[in-house]
Amino acid sequence: MADTFELSHEALNGLFAALRKDGRRVLAPVDSDGRTELNEVESPAQVAKDYLQTILSAKEVVFPKVERLLSYTTGPGKVELKDPEPKALPTVLFGVRPCEAAAFGALDAVFNWDTRDSFFNARMAQIAVIGLSCTKADAACFCTTVGGGPADTRGSDILLSPIEGGFLAEVLTEKGRSIQALAPELFQDGRGIDKTAVKLDKAFDQPALTAKLPGMFDSALWVDQSLRCIGCGACAFVCPTCVCFDIQEEADPKQGQRLRCWDSCGYRMFTLHASGHNPREVQSQRWRQRIYHKFSYYPERYGMLGCVGCGKCTRACPVDMNLREHLVETSEMKA
Amino acid sequence: MSETNIYLPNLMRIAKITEESPAVKTFRLEFVDEVAAQNFEFKTGQFGLYSAFGEGESTFCIASSPTRKGYIECTFREAGRVTAALADKEVGDIVGFRGPYGNVFPLEDWQGKNLVFIAGGIALPPLRSVIWNCLDLRDWFKDITVVYGARSVADLVYKHELKEWSERSDMQLVTTVDPGGETPDWKGKVGFVPPVVEQLGPSAENTIAIVCGPPIMIKLTLPVLQKLSFPPERIFTTLENRMKCGLGKCGRCNTGKSFVCKDGPVYTLAQLNELPAEY
Repeated sequence: MADTFELSHEALNGLFAALRKDGRRVLAPVDSDGRTELNEVESPAQVAKDYLQTILSAKEVVFPKVERLLSYTTGPGKVELKDPEPKALPTVLFGVRPCEAAAFGALDAVFNWDTRDSFFNARMAQIAVIGLSCTKADAACFCTTVGGGPADTRGSDILLSPIEGGFLAEVLTEKGRSIQALAPELFQDGRGIDKTAVKLDKAFDQPALTAKLPGMFDSALWVDQSLRCIGCGACAFVCPTCVCFDIQEEADPKQGQRLRCWDSCGYRMFTLHASGHNPREVQSQRWRQRIYHKFSYYPERYGMLGCVGCGKCTRACPVDMNLREHLVETSEMKA
Repeated sequence: MSETNIYLPNLMRIAKITEESPAVKTFRLEFVDEVAAQNFEFKTGQFGLYSAFGEGESTFCIASSPTRKGYIECTFREAGRVTAALADKEVGDIVGFRGPYGNVFPLEDWQGKNLVFIAGGIALPPLRSVIWNCLDLRDWFKDITVVYGARSVADLVYKHELKEWSERSDMQLVTTVDPGGETPDWKGKVGFVPPVVEQLGPSAENTIAIVCGPPIMIKLTLPVLQKLSFPPERIFTTLENRMKCGLGKCGRCNTGKSFVCKDGPVYTLAQLNELPAEY
């Protein structure tokens, strides 16, 4: 059960100061050149006002675009491996939307379902999430359809919801309590105050969609929906749950490093065999994979969805493919 | 709590290189680290990721049998950046190996049964591990038959071992090459693998079929086996989807809910029938 407090705008200034004094960097949405992205800030004044979402997601903090998995030096008949200790800075993610906070759970499912990924885990151990409830939504949003909500607490260590004069603060986890303990005097008793957030109706019946997908594999729908897909991979790039990665080598004759890089199932190369055979040869098969992975395979494998309904993919798509609309259309199809 | 880096390969010294056919080589690899060598265990069917430092990693099965201790072997065709770099290596050079990964052929379940291996081209290496494993446990099984086809005589891999298998009295080897791929002194069959299997007509009674080859060979061989009354539960194959991690994380071998690297690479036809045909 969360402890509920009131945190005034002024108190938030004090909290940022306390976090930085404790040696933690604070990353928050910052407006710059008309874009809102996560950036390091010193005070709440630098945080973007009235933003819907950042364009990129917060996953980069725990799963960087490029990460060194190992390095080595080579000589005649000799190779020396170097195991890089993942360097993770103590970090507070401030103002993360509830959809994105929930996405950390979907990343964790993949990185740790079997063997444990030390790189991801070292970074996760160093972050704390101060989420911020949404007061608005757009036509791409559908968090309430996929089990989330504009004030959902999953993935947040503290969730703030805007109220008159400041925020209602729900302290949710041990990490949240350790933040509160840095400056307990800033947190006033907030019991009895209601949190408010934007209302968002469900767009479609997600459990019904998940149930019918296995029977729709050969539907012409996947071709129809993806005819205009150019396979650019922007959707995967901005997606807070897309975790598929590539491993690439960067080397000269004496030394090199092995790098993990973001990848996308939307790319032709993703599944191309050395023989030239490609299990997902055309774009419609790759689009179908994206939908099935998130709404069918993920639930079957991990007992959760691989989508948090944030709508980032829709906002980033250069050819205006709207995931929410496509899912509505899919769920209205006769199975 | 410090966790180990699951992407770190073992260093392996190339102990032996065999030229199998044009652009196809077999490496015998020994662990550089003795402790790693002692702790290493695998079962037939499993695979690994092999590093050419400077170029990256490629996925191949372990082509040797776990009954042959102290080394592993892999057989690969030069097809891309990594395999070209590997092909340039010499005996004594160091490469990397991560593994073993994936599931195994259930030899324990096959005890007392006849085995029919059907392989095409560069797909003999994964079955070679199983074949030697079964030959080294010869008492476990009844009849062992191997059908192996390649485009041409030059493309047949493991020629020295094919000779050895053909001379053994406790197994039957049928080799074939595609029409036009034969040489004047070729003693085997001429024809594609599926009709050769049909002509041979192995009884499905108490028999396991293990099939591995290019997609077209598998596609045309399965109906033959069905015609011979092999049930899907007794037809095995091993897939080799493109992979990067081998650990069920990077996502690219994902076929339906299955990860080929974790739930495979060994599947029965019954299992494959449950998955979308994206392999």
